[in-house]
Amino acid sequence: MRENDLILQTVSKVAVFIILTFGVYLFLSGHHNPGGGFIGGLTLSSAFVLLYLAFDVESVNAGIPLNYKMVAAIGVLIAIFTGMGSLLFGRAFLSQSSAYFNLPVFGKTGFATVTLFESGIALGVVGVVITIMISISEDV
Amino acid sequence: MNNILAFPMILPIIAGVLLLFFRLKPNVQRWGSVLTMVVVFLISLSILEKVMDEGILRLDFGEWAPPFGITFVADAFAMLLVTTSSLVTILCLLYAAFAKDEKREKFFLYPFLLLLIAGVNGAFLTGDLFNLFVCFEVMLLASYVLMTLGGEKKQLTEGIKYILINILSSWFFLLGIAYLYGTLGTLNMAHLSQRIAEAGQPPLLTTISILFLIVFSLKAGLVLYFWLPGSYGALPTAVSALFAALLTKVGVYALFRSFTLLFYHEPSITHTIIGVMAMMTMIGGSIGAIAYKDVRKIAAYNVIIAIGFILVGLASNNIESMQGSIYYLVHDILVKGLLFLMVGTVIYLTGKTRFDQVSGLMTNYPLFGWIFLITLLSLGGIPPFSGFAGKLLIGKGALVAGEYVMVAVAFLSSLFVLYSLLRIFLHMFWGETSILKKNQIYLSKGMLASCFILAVLTIGLGLGMSVVSPYVTDAANVLTNPHLYIEGALNND
Amino acid sequence: METVITLLVGLLVSVATYLLLSKNVIRVVLGSAILSHAIHLLLITMGGLKKGGVPILGDKVETYVDALPQALILTAIVISFAVTSFFLALMYRTYQSIGTDNLHEMRGTNDE
Repeated sequence: MRENDLILQTVSKVAVFIILTFGVYLFLSGHHNPGGGFIGGLTLSSAFVLLYLAFDVESVNAGIPLNYKMVAAIGVLIAIFTGMGSLLFGRAFLSQSSAYFNLPVFGKTGFATVTLFESGIALGVVGVVITIMISISEDV
Repeated sequence: MNNILAFPMILPIIAGVLLLFFRLKPNVQRWGSVLTMVVVFLISLSILEKVMDEGILRLDFGEWAPPFGITFVADAFAMLLVTTSSLVTILCLLYAAFAKDEKREKFFLYPFLLLLIAGVNGAFLTGDLFNLFVCFEVMLLASYVLMTLGGEKKQLTEGIKYILINILSSWFFLLGIAYLYGTLGTLNMAHLSQRIAEAGQPPLLTTISILFLIVFSLKAGLVLYFWLPGSYGALPTAVSALFAALLTKVGVYALFRSFTLLFYHEPSITHTIIGVMAMMTMIGGSIGAIAYKDVRKIAAYNVIIAIGFILVGLASNNIESMQGSIYYLVHDILVKGLLFLMVGTVIYLTGKTRFDQVSGLMTNYPLFGWIFLITLLSLGGIPPFSGFAGKLLIGKGALVAGEYVMVAVAFLSSLFVLYSLLRIFLHMFWGETSILKKNQIYLSKGMLASCFILAVLTIGLGLGMSVVSPYVTDAANVLTNPHLYIEGALNND
Repeated sequence: METVITLLVGLLVSVATYLLLSKNVIRVVLGSAILSHAIHLLLITMGGLKKGGVPILGDKVETYVDALPQALILTAIVISFAVTSFFLALMYRTYQSIGTDNLHEMRGTNDE
């Protein structure tokens, strides 16, 4: 029962990249401004959901061959292991630290271990949201 | 800073997530999860020892000092429960590993069991009310999945009821948290306790405490147990044993924590209500236990009676009754796991759920029959077994508090427990055998072994009271003296 | 402002109660979703509304809003999202296997 949704497909081909970029922006801005892993992850997954809406599940899966359950699992593992990383330095579970480095192109850039943790969260959110969407919509 | 406190919660999560990658390797799933729980058990034993040596331990997540950050606080009460529940989980997982329910194993049975344990252990350890809510939800979400895993019709319809009642109770929990935060401006339990003590628990706070009473009663099955018998009856054996052993006990733990640490200033209101509710629970449970012929229903009503019995200790509110309750909690976690494993095995062996349809199992499975006898004696509180010490101390504490009616109801309910289980035993195990030797289903040694170990543990706990008593005394001491907990959970050195 | 939001919470709870008490499964799912939204609103109201700037340390803002209720409802939203989606999937699965979306017809088992 494919409908002729040419407009939706054409728009989403462009819009998906804008949404993905915005998702990454939200993810990175989370350190000093509203944003972060959860919100970035939700935005990123909304891009995928748009793809699933505009095209059918089979063709998107053929284009992006990811097992989203495993994406979520890897995300959770990254989050927990960055939390446990602080144990190696004799600090409390989930402690974080940050430092500034002078990089050749970017100049003075801040790095924080919380970004790693947040990337785990983002992957977890993307995996879980898309798994939920696909499994609910599977046989309707 | 004691990072070891986080391990009883995060190890099962890590193992559960790792096992997701081995979906089609059932042996990795089975033995990986058993191994994880053995490690968790050993870690919690060592934490328990450390608590005995150094007093209450605390871990501030991310080094945020209390009362601002999330903390894990380990006192002897929490650690006793973590240790016991890890032990029961090992045996239930062992049973599941030998039962080989491949249909469910393929759909992540073990990862969800491990996540359930993570939630349970987190709920025991946390020192923050909102974190308690989160741990409850981790546990509940895993239990929703386990409840409906397999997709049999009965599981689905019972699952709907179970989830709906828990959504409602989570809603009440959040309501209580919102009101408490609105009035006191903190959610760290030790800090809350301080502020409630400063305010002297005015009527507003007592009302909020009743909200929490409703929430935890729903989870524990205190009076509000209507969802329990049906939903526990729809589960596979190992999962139902774990549910019966742990889920209601988390509610009981939360009741004890909130009414000994937070809302202990108006015992004439709150503790009286708890006492009345405990009696209603025991009476209702007793009626249920003798009304049904379905063995799973009888076992489920026995869970309910035990909840009432444990809360008699909280209602009496003195050190002896608290000690009794802690003994009884530890005993009940072990023996309810055992009871549900036995009942599930009986149904697996005979294919019948009503006790009047089977007889003479003793001839077919003698060792199994004797383990059942031990289970029922232990549940009834007969001396050499583990139920006795708890019942004695709760009774003594309630008499000291002058709660004679409550004592009478409590001990009458024990008789009903004994009667309801003796009925099963006499019908199913005594008499002419109804199964011919050549038709009998082979009872795997591993399944029998996990029941046997639990039976040995209940005898051991009964005989080795002196080994456990220092831990129980310390736990009861902290429960009756909230300032000890506050010092342990808030000091900044 | 707080009063208005509290009234709104009451309204949402009454709508949710009405939906939860109906027979149709999809209404029950919607009811449970609305119920959790009501409690999220209540949580954020309990922290006080419009009390100051964004709770991120800066130079210009003198007072900050309480950040804790926001963290609480973010967690609560995630949890209710998970529960609602699971509940929806379960209801759909039940509808498929039992063949009815009426809760009254799902009652009980054959031997009861």
